Amino acid sequence: MAKRSIVPFGPQHPVLPEPIHLDLVLEDEVVVEAVPSIGFVHRGLEKLVETKDFKEYVYIAERVCGICSFGHGLGYCQTLETIMNVEVPPRARYLRTIWMEMSRIHSHLLWLGLLADAMGFESLFMESWKLREKILDMFDATTGGRVIFSVNCIGGVLKDMDETMLRNIVNTCNEMEKELKPIADAFLRDYTTGSRLRGLGVLTPEDATLMGAVGPMLRASGVSYDARKLGYAAYNELDLEPITATDGDSYARCEVRIREIGQSFDLIRQAVAKIPAGPIAVPVKGFPQGEHFTRIEQPRGEAIYYVKANGTKFIERFRLRTPTTSNIPPMLNMLKGCQLADVPLLILTIDPCISCTER
Amino acid sequence: MASLKFLPFAGTALKNLFSKPVTTAYPFEPAQYPERMRGHIEIDIESCISCGMCARSCPPGAITVDRAAGTWTIQRFDCVQCGNCANVCPKKCLKMVPGYTTPDTTRHSDTYTRTTPLPKPTPRPAAKPAGTAAKPAASAAKPAGNGPQAAAPTAKPEA
Repeated sequence: MAKRSIVPFGPQHPVLPEPIHLDLVLEDEVVVEAVPSIGFVHRGLEKLVETKDFKEYVYIAERVCGICSFGHGLGYCQTLETIMNVEVPPRARYLRTIWMEMSRIHSHLLWLGLLADAMGFESLFMESWKLREKILDMFDATTGGRVIFSVNCIGGVLKDMDETMLRNIVNTCNEMEKELKPIADAFLRDYTTGSRLRGLGVLTPEDATLMGAVGPMLRASGVSYDARKLGYAAYNELDLEPITATDGDSYARCEVRIREIGQSFDLIRQAVAKIPAGPIAVPVKGFPQGEHFTRIEQPRGEAIYYVKANGTKFIERFRLRTPTTSNIPPMLNMLKGCQLADVPLLILTIDPCISCTER
Repeated sequence: MASLKFLPFAGTALKNLFSKPVTTAYPFEPAQYPERMRGHIEIDIESCISCGMCARSCPPGAITVDRAAGTWTIQRFDCVQCGNCANVCPKKCLKMVPGYTTPDTTRHSDTYTRTTPLPKPTPRPAAKPAGTAAKPAASAAKPAGNGPQAAAPTAKPEA
């Protein structure tokens, strides 16, 4: 047996945008075990719910993460809307769906860029982020923010989109779909990327389900599960089939995410075609009382929002289970047996968001 | 499964080599801001009634309202541009406008002082004067025909 050594990985690492630390137990160049430690960016945002007005907390909830910010605001609002029996107007539900899908495109393109960067494919990285910029500009024009949108409120949304804006969104989506093709080709059909991704970090469907993988990670292993099928916002009125792949390796995860971008374009087009006229929010009176939890599909996977309210303007407990939290155990499992040089790439394929995880 | 290709990216790379940069050469050409952008908050201090709704609903607590002195102060570094103050303002004198404030090396606050004094809230509700700071503010809003319901966060910020 070769001699074992421990290589520390992170919290500062060129490939990681956010801090996670792993102690990699190596046998020669092969990882035999990975011991994670997190907690470097804990900010206590869940605790803040006890001291902020529950309507104000929407702005804090969406600041949990810079990429899934729309979803966090949405999840929190949906939970409180259920507790307070608020019926959200249909137009608001459609607007939420459009923004949610735009977030998904933005998140997946960001991830594609990071993946290319982790492989050292700099120009592909730039190309992905160049495309992502269009979505950010669209967010800026429709919500007023590029990253933090502040458009969700309990009872609906704060801003409406007029006909021109909706048309612009569809036009941009059509344009982007064309521009995405060469990028998708470079990821899925290039020899170099193929040799870096294929067969790396295989996760069987059984393991994925057992260890609680969520989102594209779970779907890449062939399990057809998507929380959007639960039908929140306007998803029950749109045509949606979860996108799956069978291989369960890094290539499959990349493929699922690329195809999900296409699916999001399609969902946006459907939503714009079906969006009804009407009010965008209903006034909310009184204070919440009771508890509830909501599941929504974030770009990175299923997220759970739990709220316990006690009839005052301060909420007693808010809990957020982010997709990365549940994707870390399968990631540790995948790391066993891989080469040290593949570790950064493998960590990246779960699309880790450590700020979300630690809140 | 898609077949693998050699250099599928070469075409894109070549095209990029001979095309214009996609980024804006910012200091040399002006930055473009969309109309809705939440860049910074501006106040029309003359129509402010110092009710303090903005200060109470500011998540980071960046706003201070001094009713007696007629001032409205904002810590620009604390402001997170959420736009909540503009949503709750009963007089709609707060507005999120495009464009960023200038960067600085020291923390500073911007103070706006009202030049004309507030119309006295006394005439009708004179019988019950100065209780807490919040109460006269609410009564000050009434003569202007603007009920406190206008402060509902569902109000649309722009036309």
